[in-house]
Amino acid sequence: MTFLRIVEPGFLTTIQDRGRFKYQKWGVPVAGAMDEYAFRAANILVGNDENEGCLEITLIGPAIEFLATGLVAIAGADLGARLNERDCDPWGSFRVTKGDILKFMGVRSGCRTYLAVAGGLGIPCVMGSKSTYLRGGIGGVEGRALRSGDELRAGRPVRSYELTAGTVPPECRHSWTNPQTVRVVLGPQDDAFTPEGIDTFLQNEYTLTIESDRMGCRLEGPPIQHKDKPDIVSDGIALGSIQVPGNGKPIVMMADRQTTGGYAKIATVITPDLWKLAQAKPKDRIRFAEVTLARAHELYGEYENTIKLLPGKLVYAARNRN
Amino acid sequence: MYKQTKYLPAGDKGLVVEFGSTISEEINSKVRSFALALESAGIPGILEFIPTYRSLLLIYDPLEWETDLLVDRLRDLENNLASALLPNPNVYYLPVMYGGEFGPDLPFVCQYTGLTEEEVVRIHTGTKYLIYMLGFTPGFPYLGGMDDQISVPRLDNPRVNIPAGSVGIAGSQTGIYPVDSPGGWRIIGRTPARLFDPDDKKPVFLNAGDYVCFFRVTFDEYRHIAGEAEKGRYRIRVSEYM
Repeated sequence: MTFLRIVEPGFLTTIQDRGRFKYQKWGVPVAGAMDEYAFRAANILVGNDENEGCLEITLIGPAIEFLATGLVAIAGADLGARLNERDCDPWGSFRVTKGDILKFMGVRSGCRTYLAVAGGLGIPCVMGSKSTYLRGGIGGVEGRALRSGDELRAGRPVRSYELTAGTVPPECRHSWTNPQTVRVVLGPQDDAFTPEGIDTFLQNEYTLTIESDRMGCRLEGPPIQHKDKPDIVSDGIALGSIQVPGNGKPIVMMADRQTTGGYAKIATVITPDLWKLAQAKPKDRIRFAEVTLARAHELYGEYENTIKLLPGKLVYAARNRN
Repeated sequence: MYKQTKYLPAGDKGLVVEFGSTISEEINSKVRSFALALESAGIPGILEFIPTYRSLLLIYDPLEWETDLLVDRLRDLENNLASALLPNPNVYYLPVMYGGEFGPDLPFVCQYTGLTEEEVVRIHTGTKYLIYMLGFTPGFPYLGGMDDQISVPRLDNPRVNIPAGSVGIAGSQTGIYPVDSPGGWRIIGRTPARLFDPDDKKPVFLNAGDYVCFFRVTFDEYRHIAGEAEKGRYRIRVSEYM
């Protein structure tokens, strides 16, 4: 059964799950949600598996008409979501019925929000994933961004007792403020940089540029000095790796990153801070701070624990519509 | 090759196992032995790995592994590599239509090297190229062993779109673009064979450690093979590497 229709596509709306794993050894990028935390929260809000496909909505949101009764959630950036005439909580779920229109009035904070549908999206998996990889034309709807007129089916029908709207409590929400401090573990090629270069990287503010996309966040700021050449013999690139090409300007490699590359990588962003890059808009400001690997693993444990406990912390309002 | 393998952190989930800092068959075959050993060991908590010229990037679950223990486990694996024999490699024979609209940079290669088109094609088809690694885009092979006589610099301005199947040269490297993508390599021909099919059980046809050999086809042969490939009927010829 068709559940929703895209009336206007917005700036860039794609289908994403957590990504396409186990194919990187053949050069196939992972893709997947840029802000993993918000994506997982959206699925939790509607009682889905955490890896279910969502709509990733960027800056200017789409207009969506619902064609059936159901429960949907949004989580992530505040892009001014409004269902018919009523504002939506940017970290909450709400009931919809046939004829309802969801619009986004404009960015209030952040860059990307996730729309999850209770029961999931009826999208076929390509190489084990629903994620859209735009450059390769794989996954999602025909490997492309959503367009006006696209209709999406629900993955499975949901019963009315499953349609309970809830919200994420304030302490479990992320919201962007300028500047953000992003924590990193140095390496794997920090030895390709001079000590001054590493100081430059850790002690200055960098600004997100307009060239940033799902592949990488390109930053402007004081150039980082290499010891010798910026080139290395090409090797694997992890999510959040910060490569520094010859111009000294760092690029944080994100969801659609290529699997391998030939620029020295000074550091890697820790998983719990990746959302800050996913939610940064052009001209937003970022600082980097070093943590040890041991500390990064403690923080990762806390991060996963927060998500694990989230279903029990959701706040349920009265069972009225919205 | 390093005397002692380096284990380098790539964030909270990534670990680089690095055997050397140069491109060499010896180091690359160690990478492949290690990848093979990893696959057969099936260590829980290692989610995937990317083998490259001289290292592997492992992605692991930090809730399952403390880094020190993981490194110990991997050093064990490394010390028992001698027993992990690499399988005899395959050679894939790929048809290429050289020059014309499929190889817009072939005239440049001739001009730059002073060779005729015939000579460039003879040299390019005369080698079995080792697939060192796959990366960049789905199924893109990094091939080693090209004759330096046909080595040419990259384009100053990369093209916005290079069609799938294009065969190019950059410096002393040659390679094939399996999907449409931007790129700065000099394009000398195109293969009608499909190297990437997302709906196939094995979406990427080539494997690191095997070899590629090109052979020349005419435009009519190209069209015929392209038609067969479209229907999923074209079989790329494979033989054992001698």
